[in-house]
Amino acid sequence: MDDLYRDYILEHYRRPHNFGVLDHPTASYEGANPLCGDRITIMLGVRDGVVAEVAFTGRGCAISQASASLLTDEVRGKPVEEVARLTPDDVLDLLGIEISPARLKCALLSLDTLQHALADAGAGLVSGTEAAPAADTAPAAGAARPDAAPAAEPAGAAEPARREAAR
Amino acid sequence: MTDTLPGTTVGATAGVVGSTATTRPAPVAGAAPAAGAAGAAGRAPLDPYALRSDFPILATQAHGRPLVYLDSAATSQKPRVVIEAVDTFYREYNANVHRGIYEIGERATAAYEGARASVARFINAPSAREIVFVRNATEAINLVAATWGRTTIGRGDVIVLTEMEHHANLVPWQLLVQEKDGDLEFIPITDDGLLRLDVFEVLLRLKPKLVAFTHVSNTLGTITPVAEITALAHAAGALVLVDGAQAVPHLPVDVQALGADFYAFSGHKMLGPTGSGALWARRELLEAMPPYMAGGEMIREVHLRRSEWNDVPWKFEAGTPDIAAAVGLGVAAEYLIGLGMDRVAAHERELVVYALETLRREVPGIILYGPPAGQRGGVIPFNLPDVHPHDVAQVLDRFGVAIRAGHHCTMPLHERLDLVATGRASFSVYSTREDVDALVAGLREAQRIFAG
Repeated sequence: MDDLYRDYILEHYRRPHNFGVLDHPTASYEGANPLCGDRITIMLGVRDGVVAEVAFTGRGCAISQASASLLTDEVRGKPVEEVARLTPDDVLDLLGIEISPARLKCALLSLDTLQHALADAGAGLVSGTEAAPAADTAPAAGAARPDAAPAAEPAGAAEPARREAAR
Repeated sequence: MTDTLPGTTVGATAGVVGSTATTRPAPVAGAAPAAGAAGAAGRAPLDPYALRSDFPILATQAHGRPLVYLDSAATSQKPRVVIEAVDTFYREYNANVHRGIYEIGERATAAYEGARASVARFINAPSAREIVFVRNATEAINLVAATWGRTTIGRGDVIVLTEMEHHANLVPWQLLVQEKDGDLEFIPITDDGLLRLDVFEVLLRLKPKLVAFTHVSNTLGTITPVAEITALAHAAGALVLVDGAQAVPHLPVDVQALGADFYAFSGHKMLGPTGSGALWARRELLEAMPPYMAGGEMIREVHLRRSEWNDVPWKFEAGTPDIAAAVGLGVAAEYLIGLGMDRVAAHERELVVYALETLRREVPGIILYGPPAGQRGGVIPFNLPDVHPHDVAQVLDRFGVAIRAGHHCTMPLHERLDLVATGRASFSVYSTREDVDALVAGLREAQRIFAG
């Protein structure tokens, strides 16, 4: 068991980093895994070709949530071009655990969602202009964890949003 | 049917349940668990420990532990007689059916048609000619939608389903009403997963052409009152299709007593091979329905510009069928007949009672869904607070325990219950109390890992 649910995976699941919403994202995308119902919305604040801010909301299994937590940590402050080159193997390396074929979709939902968010950013990314909320950037209320702190994250997301799980 | 528990009442749904209990056909087995049912059948209760040796896979291991297979609602394991029947077909008399004027061809045809007779006997169909071999229940339902449905359903016509149908008994009807500009209506369920027959009676005022519903919910395990729904539907002028995929492996099914018009089921859930299944329909309906797929076998005469159809059921069996799977299905049906479906039902009912009690007692906080034990088949859907079902299933897997996690092809039902996903343990003839105990141990370990 320890090979999959290692402490740091569980820690990212219980207290995911970058969990919350951005006030003025330049791009946002909601990804879903129809097989298990997992949903993740990733919001990006891109400035001057760099992912200045990133946040995510959603609900799902430990693997998908830890993956989103680790991946959003990874991409903050990185040039968009570099982020766009991230591969599934990079994400699996971040997770650092053996993922069975049946759980690959869980592990890679965050990367797939991030890539869609980047693609949606499109023109905004190229121009590198100031952040302007796009029409579709408001996260769906249903996508948020019901037990998550509703607070919008400040720019920079220095403090990880804490998930106040009801236990 | 043995699924009636006289006098069972469930809070606000007592009216529905009560009427169910009073209008079902006379139960074969009483409300008492194993002993009563066995008494009715005059045989000792089913001994799952004795028959486990019939299933080779149950002697295998998963992650170094004995396999605890609790996903029989997805597909059942196969007894040796079924595996060997498939093997023997290919080794000894593999030949096409209805063609060869030679010994093994005739033997293959006899085995294939013998399997049809076994399946007919298994569900007490009046004639083997009313059994159409298909790949699975999904194909059986699609067959009805594409033939009877396309020639019957027209603009504004209503088909009544329920909120807890498997996608296989929902999507084919969505496609049909989209094509024909018809309408779907749904019998709602209570929070316990029982059908709201009071609403159904209102829906019948829409004069539906068809009422299609599951006999046993694959997700909640709910046993629906088929005979009662069928009687109401017929009185309103509707035909009735029953999705029996989760019923035939677990309950005595008598299509004549149930009174439905179409009954669909898969072979692989009832100890048979994958790729086997059957549609039963009343002869006159099959005669009137146009062909489904076209090609060889389904024809009597073919000319360049027209053809005449074969007799039923072969009219619906175009192309070379999965002969080995059909033969295996026949053997599975005979195996279950030998066990006695009343004993199978009693065994699984007893196991459901044990599982619900044990899970509630031993797994703090577990959320159990579905109706009380007396009104459900061997299906236990659940969630652990703050642990996603996928993670639960993953932890259980390390204990050799196989369950299903997800939406079980019932997304609308999960929406209705406001659930993203559930874990599901399900039983079959070979399931034991020790399987339930292993599940409990694994769930407690999952809680330990995710606590804190």
